[in-house]
Amino acid sequence: MTSTQNTSELPAPIGHFGPYGGRFVPEALIGALEELDAAHQSAMVDPVFQAELSHLHATYTGRPSIITEALRFSEHAGGARILLKREDLNHTGSHKINNVLGQALLTKRMGKKRVIAETGAGQHGVAAATAAALFGLECVVYMGEEDTRRQSLNVARMKILGAEVIPVTAGSRTLKDAINEAMRDWVTNVDSTHYILGTVAGPHPFPTMVRDFHKIIGEEARAQVLELVGRLPDAVLACIGGGSNAIGIFHEFIPDSNVRLIGFEAGGDGVETGRHAATITGGSPGVLHGTRSYVLQDANGQTVESHSISAGLDYPGVGPEHAYLHDIGRAEYRAITDKQAMEAFDLLSKTEGIIPAIESAHALAGAMIVGKELGPEAVLLINLSGRGDKDVETAAHYFGIPL
Amino acid sequence: MSTSLEEVFVKTRLENRAALIAYIPAGFPSVEGCKRVIEVLAQSGVDALEIGFPYSDPVMDGPTIQEAAGIALQAGTGAAEVFETVKYAHDAGLATVVMTYWNPIEKFGVEAFAREMANNGGSGVVTPDLTIEESAQWKAATKTFGVNTIYVVAPSTKGERLAQVTAQCSGFVYAASLMGVTGARSTISSGAHDLVTRIRATTSMPIAVGLGVSTREQARDVASFADGVIVGSAFIKIILEAKDEDSALGEVKHLAQELAVGVREGR
Ligand SMILES: Cc1ncc(COP(=O)(O)O)c(C=O)c1O
Repeated sequence: MTSTQNTSELPAPIGHFGPYGGRFVPEALIGALEELDAAHQSAMVDPVFQAELSHLHATYTGRPSIITEALRFSEHAGGARILLKREDLNHTGSHKINNVLGQALLTKRMGKKRVIAETGAGQHGVAAATAAALFGLECVVYMGEEDTRRQSLNVARMKILGAEVIPVTAGSRTLKDAINEAMRDWVTNVDSTHYILGTVAGPHPFPTMVRDFHKIIGEEARAQVLELVGRLPDAVLACIGGGSNAIGIFHEFIPDSNVRLIGFEAGGDGVETGRHAATITGGSPGVLHGTRSYVLQDANGQTVESHSISAGLDYPGVGPEHAYLHDIGRAEYRAITDKQAMEAFDLLSKTEGIIPAIESAHALAGAMIVGKELGPEAVLLINLSGRGDKDVETAAHYFGIPL
Repeated sequence: MSTSLEEVFVKTRLENRAALIAYIPAGFPSVEGCKRVIEVLAQSGVDALEIGFPYSDPVMDGPTIQEAAGIALQAGTGAAEVFETVKYAHDAGLATVVMTYWNPIEKFGVEAFAREMANNGGSGVVTPDLTIEESAQWKAATKTFGVNTIYVVAPSTKGERLAQVTAQCSGFVYAASLMGVTGARSTISSGAHDLVTRIRATTSMPIAVGLGVSTREQARDVASFADGVIVGSAFIKIILEAKDEDSALGEVKHLAQELAVGVREGR
């Protein structure tokens, strides 16, 4: 009977950030998550793995990404010094490649031959398709039907790269439903397949692992700002979809208690209208896609549809580490409306000659507000998470530019 | 005190057969229509009922149950309707469990959910995405109110982990017959038998097999090695495809009777 006495004890929760995180998944996935966790842990301390990833970043991604000081844009941000961390210059056009190359190397390490991914804006899907091409892996990308329409250019890119793109017609036909469909695929094909989740959400180890692959953004940026300015920035700003680019640039600064960390969620038509994707600002704690965090939900715990002009931020959940950083007061989260984001999109394009992703434009709109609050002495570091090529059609439509 | 569900398995063991467990989401095809289906199931040889709590993001469910849950959600089905349906099924003489993803329980309140289950005559709850690591509060609440906790194990659940999960089950162990989502399949994977054999090595708890069973022959095969046979998508498909409610109820009755024969032919 000793063995039943042992097994009847509940094992301790894992992958928690305070009350958030953990694993809420079908038992069928536990083996794969444990395998991934072990691969991630061993890779993090394996000099060969680290050297291979660094080499890829230096010769393929284009790291380190540079810092650009936005002098003319600064006039619209209270005169504060505006330092842009140029993740938009990475190969494939956003920060997403950092995570994808890391996970593709892990896929190889686990001996799997097929990868699946979800995508909203298509940036993560493009990055996953790119890595799959580079490593010779079969790649299937799930994308909400609504998003395939909003981001048709990226759909074509993924196909050119050799990936299969499956439009998802369930539910709200956006990122949330693409994740559901990817999870169903994974439950069915878990032996052969690795799920390259694109943000710091999902069951453990994803929030930790994806953060580890993106924290290079903050490591580089902290050193670059010290070199350029001679001191730490007053605030670090990033947009929040699932939260990967934000945690990537925040993480290195968490111990620097004088540096404010500010995340900008998609406020859509305004949080008060209910049509938004501002999960921390307008949601409440709950479980979605395998993790406990803030969720946009109704009184029955049903996920509520999110709304944003930005496909990459149009998600009713957020990574659990952000929920924790919010609750302990280490990071602040604010909402930026579609209108504010598009103003910033237009301004950066016209003042700096840089067309940002609409996702990143939320952080730029945030910089315009925070810059005015802190004034010209302030130094703001902003994660320019992606470029706006994919958004040209949406922007043309928004600004009434004939195509 | 034992739950009605536990009593069902005592009875079916005495009769040397497997129990027939039917699944339907609350509020499908409507709250009242669901009750009429339950009435028919109760009169057609079904031993226990699993009532689904329709959820917006059902990652363990295939297209059939997704569609049914979508219809139920459109009509505004929530916790109140789920408990109302539990009470109805219990009063109709069926041992009744709820199958729900975790977030609706967390939102309702963990203690309160267990309490309302007990108050409405429910025997237990199947929680397909609640891992044992996250179960401390749930185990405490269900213990207080005498509610069975049913976890789902899969063919990929192995070794020590399998024993750890089955140790947390009461009522029965839910064995998923294959790696995948719910939905009728033309064949039941051989993995099901293997999984049941491996579960038996860890527990004396009854084992019910779900995922894919839709015919009398499949029910018979599964009944030869399992203590319970769970059928969901096959009933739902009938209801989705029927031209009107009367013909749906007639076909549900026919399938339930066939399956009830199947679970008695297996040994
Ligand atoms: C350029 C860009 N920034 C930000 C995001 C949002 O994701 P996350 O919050 O995980 O960085 C996306 C997602 O598609 C993106 O493409």
